[in-house]
Amino acid sequence: MATDSRTRILERLKAQRIELSPAPVIPVRAFDWDAAETADRFQHMLESVRAEVHRVGDDWPRSLARALKVRRARNLRYGPEGPLGAELAAGWPTDGPQLLAQTQPIETLRDDLFDATDAGFTSCLAGIAETGSLVLWPSPAEPRLLSLVPPIHCVLIETHQIMSTLHALIAAKSWADAMPTNALLISGPSKSADIEQTLAYGVHGPKSLIVLLRHSPGTAESVHESY
Amino acid sequence: MRTEFRIRAARSLGRPRARGNIRRAMDGLIRKRIGAFPDTGELERLRDQGQAIRDHALNNLPELLEQLERQCAANGIHVHWAEDADEANASILAIIRRHNGHAVLKGKSMVSEEIGLNGFLAEHAIEPIETDLGELIIQLAQEHPSHIVAPAVHKDRREVAELFAQHFPDEPHGEDIEHLTALARRVMRARFRDTRIGLSGVNFAVAETGTLCLVENEGNGRMSTTAPDVHIAITGIEKVIARLEHLPPLLTLLIRSATGQPITTYVNMISGPRKPQELDGPREVHLVLLDNGRSRIHADPELRATLRCIRCGACMNHCPVYTRIGGHGYGTVYPGPIGAILEPQLQGLERQGELAQASTLCGACGDVCPVRIPIPQLLNRLRSEHARQKAAPGGSGAFVERAIWRTWASIHANPGRYRRGLWLVMRLRGLLGRWMGPWTRTRAAVRIAPRSLHELARQEGFHGD
Repeated sequence: MATDSRTRILERLKAQRIELSPAPVIPVRAFDWDAAETADRFQHMLESVRAEVHRVGDDWPRSLARALKVRRARNLRYGPEGPLGAELAAGWPTDGPQLLAQTQPIETLRDDLFDATDAGFTSCLAGIAETGSLVLWPSPAEPRLLSLVPPIHCVLIETHQIMSTLHALIAAKSWADAMPTNALLISGPSKSADIEQTLAYGVHGPKSLIVLLRHSPGTAESVHESY
Repeated sequence: MRTEFRIRAARSLGRPRARGNIRRAMDGLIRKRIGAFPDTGELERLRDQGQAIRDHALNNLPELLEQLERQCAANGIHVHWAEDADEANASILAIIRRHNGHAVLKGKSMVSEEIGLNGFLAEHAIEPIETDLGELIIQLAQEHPSHIVAPAVHKDRREVAELFAQHFPDEPHGEDIEHLTALARRVMRARFRDTRIGLSGVNFAVAETGTLCLVENEGNGRMSTTAPDVHIAITGIEKVIARLEHLPPLLTLLIRSATGQPITTYVNMISGPRKPQELDGPREVHLVLLDNGRSRIHADPELRATLRCIRCGACMNHCPVYTRIGGHGYGTVYPGPIGAILEPQLQGLERQGELAQASTLCGACGDVCPVRIPIPQLLNRLRSEHARQKAAPGGSGAFVERAIWRTWASIHANPGRYRRGLWLVMRLRGLLGRWMGPWTRTRAAVRIAPRSLHELARQEGFHGD
């Protein structure tokens, strides 16, 4: 029956022959901001939606532990196999919030993740300066819910990862060739304006977003942006 | 004429509280949109791109749908086709039954409103759980969305507080918006944890990659599509676009036009279920493609532009009719100018043709539409079709109306006749009473000036035509 509907819908759509046309080519929109301005704009846009941005150095795990203590977080869940997992664990202060390794499937972790995890840490693929967005491709090492369920989400990003626009990123990294099962842009903590068009933060996603911005030495944009 | 629409509109006009809430919200949204597009040159460039992308998608619709289906299948997403609401509901129910589901987490979806999914599920003993704050409010109040982006825009914080107090008596009472939002978070949290089936709409479906793109601010959309074992997405067949690189301009247009934000908190791109080595994400993803009249609209080269719509809501925010009667005044799923052209086409002119009259033809909707749908032009087209349909059987009312318009047209087609007519009307103006039948029931009587603009102009020394 479903096949019939499919055939009928497609037949109706094909009945009036419209000449096939090539897909419009949209010129890549990008800005030629230098590395410093790109980072500044990225930070400014994130802060304008109440994300907490810290400029950090190589002792960033300590900076993160301090920021979490201010927020009274008891623990931080992270992916030990993630790109920054080893660095985080090695630099974690002994008096910091408890580190919890995320290695189990959600089926056995559901209650812990929803009810007993205060913060989640992930790396990120890139940043977008124009909109103040973090780009995440969740992976087996850093699964999707780690950036969604805990009330605090923490991310480390390096300045060279920040591109000016989403379009520049998609084009430079040829996203269309291979998309992951889930790709995310995250721009601030969760919020709603459904009551009287008044912004309230911390609805169903994280109430806080902590972004650690690490300067990558001697870099402008690592990827050439096309125009 | 006491039509259903007129009765509903009159009722909406008689609700000052809701009218005030809507007016305030729309004024705010208009200001935010202006702030989001400071460079009008860039806005026009973006609108050109948006129109080109959506036109291309519609002109190549069957091929793109086939490509989308192929790519989704390759990614492990099951695609279902539904000719109408019944078929869409049935296939959603079958998926839920196969997984022994008793409740469904719902991210915001206007198409699910279109097919009456909540009522259908409830009849089959499956609980639909609206998770978007606005949708939750509407569900508790047993109402329908009054706006496609901000469904509870007609309610103020006091009404929401009362509603929450009734339904969540154990939670502390408060009228503060932060408090109400936090309350929604608390009551929804366990549902996100424990519900095994999620359902969402789709903002754009990318054919070349088999990607479903969803935008939202609250995180409920991500919860509904990520935490459960099964994710069912439902969308109209017109939502497909060819390329991934078409997303950035469309996201910019959609989000800035809708709420004035540079971007929503979350842009969620889903290209398949959980892979074997992944630790979370749904094990099954389904995509239901709904026709429900869209292929009929697609067949008409002029009306096809209706399907370009990306559901930003800017046309209703700027509409002098919508801002007064609100979404409930229309009595349809899609209200405002887009609803006034879409619903008569989806449901037929016999049932909803009158909605094409719910416009002053001021043109604001067409001016702000991010994909340049010529809404006023399409309203006129539907009006004339509707009028022709009504006129066919003939009735005395229609005859008199036609006679009046024919006389009006003949007077205005000839300068001499126009001047003589005007002279006569001004001389006879004393005869016009304060009461002019149904016209003056809701309006002030027309007062004709003693001297015409032409006369005054001549007197001031302007000559010629």
